Amino acid sequence: MQPVRVVLAEDGVLLREGLAGLLARFGFEVAAAVGDAGALRAAVAAHAPGLVVTDVRMPPGFTDEGLRAAVELRRADPALPVVALSQYVELSYAADLLDSGDGRRVGYLLKDRVVDVAEFADALRRVVAGGTVVDPKVVRQLVRRRRDPLERLSPREREVLALMAEGRSNAAIARELVVSEATVGKHVGAVLAKLDLPPDDGTHRRVLAVLAHLRGEGGSAAG
Amino acid sequence: MGGVIGAAGGVAGALRRPGYLAGAWPWRSAWYLVSGTGPALVAAPFAMAALAGRPWFLAALAAGPFAAVPVGRWERRRLRAVDPRPVRDGHAGGPRLREAATWRELAWLGLLVTAVPAVAAALAGAALMLGVFLVSPLLAGEGPVAVGFATVGSVGGALVYAGAALALLPVLGYAAGGAALAEAWAARRLLGTGPRDELVEVTRSRARLVDAFEAERRRIERDLHDGAQQRLVGLTLQIALARLEVPDGGPAAAGLDAAHRQAKELMAELRELIHGIHPRVLTDRGLAAALGELADRSAAPVAVDVRLAGRLAPEVESTAYFVAAEALANAAKHAGARHVAVRAHRSGGLLVLEVADDGAGGAAAADGGGLAGLADRAAAVGGRMLLSSPPGGPTVVRAELPCSPSA
Repeated sequence: MQPVRVVLAEDGVLLREGLAGLLARFGFEVAAAVGDAGALRAAVAAHAPGLVVTDVRMPPGFTDEGLRAAVELRRADPALPVVALSQYVELSYAADLLDSGDGRRVGYLLKDRVVDVAEFADALRRVVAGGTVVDPKVVRQLVRRRRDPLERLSPREREVLALMAEGRSNAAIARELVVSEATVGKHVGAVLAKLDLPPDDGTHRRVLAVLAHLRGEGGSAAG
Repeated sequence: MGGVIGAAGGVAGALRRPGYLAGAWPWRSAWYLVSGTGPALVAAPFAMAALAGRPWFLAALAAGPFAAVPVGRWERRRLRAVDPRPVRDGHAGGPRLREAATWRELAWLGLLVTAVPAVAAALAGAALMLGVFLVSPLLAGEGPVAVGFATVGSVGGALVYAGAALALLPVLGYAAGGAALAEAWAARRLLGTGPRDELVEVTRSRARLVDAFEAERRRIERDLHDGAQQRLVGLTLQIALARLEVPDGGPAAAGLDAAHRQAKELMAELRELIHGIHPRVLTDRGLAAALGELADRSAAPVAVDVRLAGRLAPEVESTAYFVAAEALANAAKHAGARHVAVRAHRSGGLLVLEVADDGAGGAAAADGGGLAGLADRAAAVGGRMLLSSPPGGPTVVRAELPCSPSA
């Protein structure tokens, strides 16, 4: 299998090198590693990568240049897998990304996640495979903001919900929570039923359904 | 007026010291009085023209407002001869004719061509008369001489005048000092920023201090964020990658696992530390986003109702943020609140922030406490903080901060 070609954008040199090492170690091919949003656009145009990993905050303005570049790239090519790394949870960042294209092949993760290298590489692979990956902290914020229907969920079901939003399969959730896959299936069914969501028919679909539901009314509270 | 004149330096202080007459101050005062007559000399021909009914004296009146500013500048320098305290001019840089400072300088120019030369002339006349009295014994030998308002015919008679003049010399010295002091006082009032402006200036300088403090916090946050935090993430990542190259179960693997765990803990600690110094989300996304994030981090459930469009001045945003953070921390930690509401909106020129909780109440803005410090910060940006927390609750912390949208 051809390795996935990655364009990496991160302005911190050490972290950029670390990420490049991580990607190579996990079988990705780093086509270009750049330090600002302009270079990111140019590199994507030049290398036509199979995955873009970008820091949200980059020169010259050090606000959300990376994210805006990512959204732009997704608008030009909705099939381009993009993972944005953010310093803190910002629901509007996650929303901008999820709203770009059809909401598939995108990821929004906190930067600190990269140090759990295997999980991070796994998340990248899921995005490349067409999945949607959202940081558990984003889900936690959304859950906190949507009280009413979520209060009906048991703590275990909320854990399952957070992992579902991360785009994990039932098997992966079972491994994470150290329970059987059948138990997970039961929890997932309960979650979907309690949130009035259509029954499970594919991982990315249910991620989108869960996120759309969570963002529905409560997500705009921070405005 | 004691506060204004009472400075120890300058003629004011010198007048109170016993050695005043023996020192240079009577002479400096005299110089100050005499040197102030320049504008009157320039104005004299115009005054005569006015008396003679010649219309061109009006030119002097028209030129007054334009002359007032440079004269004021010169006068502030001249004032240093008798009053070393600096005088800041009240010009803010706007159109000259629309500034109160210009008109106060014009008022001073008016005094410079009327009262100032009149006082100087009176004192000069007195000095001249005393001088004539003093030398009259030398002149009287030649026959009767007119000394001021009197005529002396003999040396003996002249000696009486000379003695009186000698006795009056100290009075003249103090009169010069007193006149210089009065002139300096009036000059300071008219040429400075004015008493009300000085109060504004005090507030402004406090606000500048808060600004500087705020900027410093942001700088420290940025340095830590771009430096230590990024490098720590890079380091932790390196440890994780190194761990992958080591077979499971060996002592090296255990050591790297421990190092990785500790590095991750350090990452979390550093993130919290940096967040406490100045939250990045506040810098990047503004108060509304930061309050939302704050609510999400709170131990007690928080309802957020923030109606703010656009960004506010950084010091207002961060003051409001830290008021909310302290109030939320108190609600969760001390009051045991089950529900907290954070509200923020703009009302007139004010940002109104309210944090209400249903906890035990009894919070006090004790000296040195977190709330007292925040009240100080609110005051420094020209706002205020109100606290209502009866025993049994509920507690409401309200901050009102003047704000205008930041560019």
